[in-house]
Amino acid sequence: MKTFKIGGVHPDDSKLSANKEIETLALPEKAVIPLSQHIGAPATPIVEKGAHVVVGQLIAQATGFMSANIHSPYSGTVEKIDVAKDAWGLPCPSIFINVEGDEWDESIDRSAKIDRECRLTSEEIIKKIADAGIVGLGGACFPTHVKLGIRPPAKADVLIVNGVECEPYLTCDHRLMMEHGEELLIGISLIMKAINVDRAIIGIECNKKDAIEHLEKLAVRYFGVEVMPLQMHYPQGGEKQLIDATIGRQVPSGALPIAVGAVVQNVATCYAVYEAVKKNKPLIERVVTVTGDKMSNPCNLRVRFGTPLQMLIDKAGGLPGEYKIIAGGPMMGRAFSNIDSPTSKRTSGVLVLPKEKALRGPEENCIRCAKCVSACPMGLEPYLISTMSEMKMWDGVEAAHVMDCIECGCCLYTCPANRPLLDYIRMGKQTVGGIIRSRAQKK
Amino acid sequence: MIVSPSPHIHNNDSVRRDMLNVLIALIPAYLVTLFYFGSGAIYLTALSVCTCLLCEHLIQKFLFKKPSQLGNLSAIVTGALLALNLPSNLDWWIVVIGAIVAIGIGKMTFGGLGNNPFNPALVGRVFLLVSFPAQMTTWPKAKPMHFVFDYMDVETGATFLSQIKEGATVNPDYSDLLFGSIGGSMGEISALALLIGFVYLLCTKTITWHIPISIFVTVFVFTGLVFLIAPEKHVDPLVHILTGGLMLGAIFMATDYVTSPMTHKGQLIYGMGIGVITSVIRLWGAYPEGVSFAILIMNAATPLINHYVKPTRFGEAVKKEGK
Repeated sequence: MKTFKIGGVHPDDSKLSANKEIETLALPEKAVIPLSQHIGAPATPIVEKGAHVVVGQLIAQATGFMSANIHSPYSGTVEKIDVAKDAWGLPCPSIFINVEGDEWDESIDRSAKIDRECRLTSEEIIKKIADAGIVGLGGACFPTHVKLGIRPPAKADVLIVNGVECEPYLTCDHRLMMEHGEELLIGISLIMKAINVDRAIIGIECNKKDAIEHLEKLAVRYFGVEVMPLQMHYPQGGEKQLIDATIGRQVPSGALPIAVGAVVQNVATCYAVYEAVKKNKPLIERVVTVTGDKMSNPCNLRVRFGTPLQMLIDKAGGLPGEYKIIAGGPMMGRAFSNIDSPTSKRTSGVLVLPKEKALRGPEENCIRCAKCVSACPMGLEPYLISTMSEMKMWDGVEAAHVMDCIECGCCLYTCPANRPLLDYIRMGKQTVGGIIRSRAQKK
Repeated sequence: MIVSPSPHIHNNDSVRRDMLNVLIALIPAYLVTLFYFGSGAIYLTALSVCTCLLCEHLIQKFLFKKPSQLGNLSAIVTGALLALNLPSNLDWWIVVIGAIVAIGIGKMTFGGLGNNPFNPALVGRVFLLVSFPAQMTTWPKAKPMHFVFDYMDVETGATFLSQIKEGATVNPDYSDLLFGSIGGSMGEISALALLIGFVYLLCTKTITWHIPISIFVTVFVFTGLVFLIAPEKHVDPLVHILTGGLMLGAIFMATDYVTSPMTHKGQLIYGMGIGVITSVIRLWGAYPEGVSFAILIMNAATPLINHYVKPTRFGEAVKKEGK
């Protein structure tokens, strides 16, 4: 079985909710829709205070090229447009909605009927994706229409679909593959048509045997779509690692996957593309795994954006004592600082870690065991970058290729001395990124 | 609510666990030592370990004024390794001096665990070797099932390597080398016991194979070539691998985290360097044994290796092809 070649770690996969079917969460009474749910400029609101909105109505428009539309996941009245604290306690302009009933926009096809026909051209598909406000649902939230709008001379020859879900605990992609395999494959065919390739590979780690078998059975009916089982190996869901694992091409430093002719899309994104193109349904909800070792009911929930975090946690069994709540998986997710914050396109999972698991061990001297060097999937030297960053030696940090770091956390995960390697590397990456930008401006 | 940057989980490895694994891996070697050298071995080890612990504790407390770090077990590892590098009939005060030099000068001078450029146990051992050459090179003969307390009062003799140095070309019995019924320092007599420890360290992923194997291969090839050129003057290469401190040095001392290179490529270069220097000292140097010196010399080269030998970055190979 294939995997990527450099570094990586093997955390315990802890997929507690792997066999739980996707449930739909009830609607909240009040919802907060952040205007920045993607990489790039926040969207511009186009509704006013007091306006009546319906589900699927465009409420904020993409600002410029690198941005994404936002649609109302609810029907009701706009209470206000104001700054709200986001999941990490930072102020973010948001639209507050008082939810009244569940009235949908008429153009949306809500039937479960599967529609395989497609007569749209590449441009029309990408236009529909852009209109629907779809972003990469793997966690980075890169606007999908930007990724698919490949500009010549760059040319894609393969679409890689990320069903790896290498993060421990998370099972939302797994469940989506099991329950919406057919829709997913149609979504994949649509994207293949949009970027004009005739080959797609769905990479799935071997801890999801049922999903591999299920999709292999379905994929025979779709031309050029291949299911590839992969070894369990974190961070295989990273774009560069996944391309290396599936087609053995390495994306050069600083380049995008298109440089080696590959486009990577998460399975949840492919499903959203199906819904947008075939059902006219914008991106207003996603599947979120709510889990944790001490939770009584780890589950997979279909959640509309803007639902308060508290509702998700209550559904999974409530909070146990002192805890850390993480948006996403335990390796790359960010800790919530605010339990009232809304879910957004970014929220792939909600993981509740009890105190004893949440705290780091005592920090000791670096014993130069080189475990971080062996674990780094980008072939960097985390111990060196972090020390230089701590000493503010920015030239050295840049020369050590800090910008290649994908912040996967393997170094800190393996460090026996519990050194805050990634914390310092992130600091170095941010500072060096700023230095590089200002240098470019001076020229 | 607890908030921290990612990652939020850890593999539960710790410095203490790695050090404990080294100690566990030393158990087979210690059992053989007990079998052949008896209670003198226990006495010597206890003396060495206790001195190391006390020395580290005092320096930590009164010079560094920081909380004790004895819990990470590194001082015990240093003490145990130092003891295994000594003849079991060494005067007690020499052992104490060795342990103080090892911890005090070899380790704490540089700021404690993680900062020392040289392997502390070897610093102690080499200090004793050049200061007390006579005592350090009269090894007791191995006597099986030797459980009476007769520390110091044993029959002594030369090791294979010193016999070879004096011109003998006897070919030893390999089973003696494997099972340890030969003279020598406490920990170096049984190659088999040390190899069991090596397998344990590999299985627990405490160390990787790169350093020990590159040392073995280099010594084998180097002494093998010399043996092929002049078989009448030299012993065969397998003897070189199985005798003296080569196994102990290659598996337990050269692989010391702090003083070995960070990349696998660097570790291979480091291992080859140790192999070449060891062979040269053994074949043409004044000392019968050269592993300690070889490791210390390559320890000094480690920062240089780290500077020049970098890991292969992701995408690097592709870029080169492009050019």
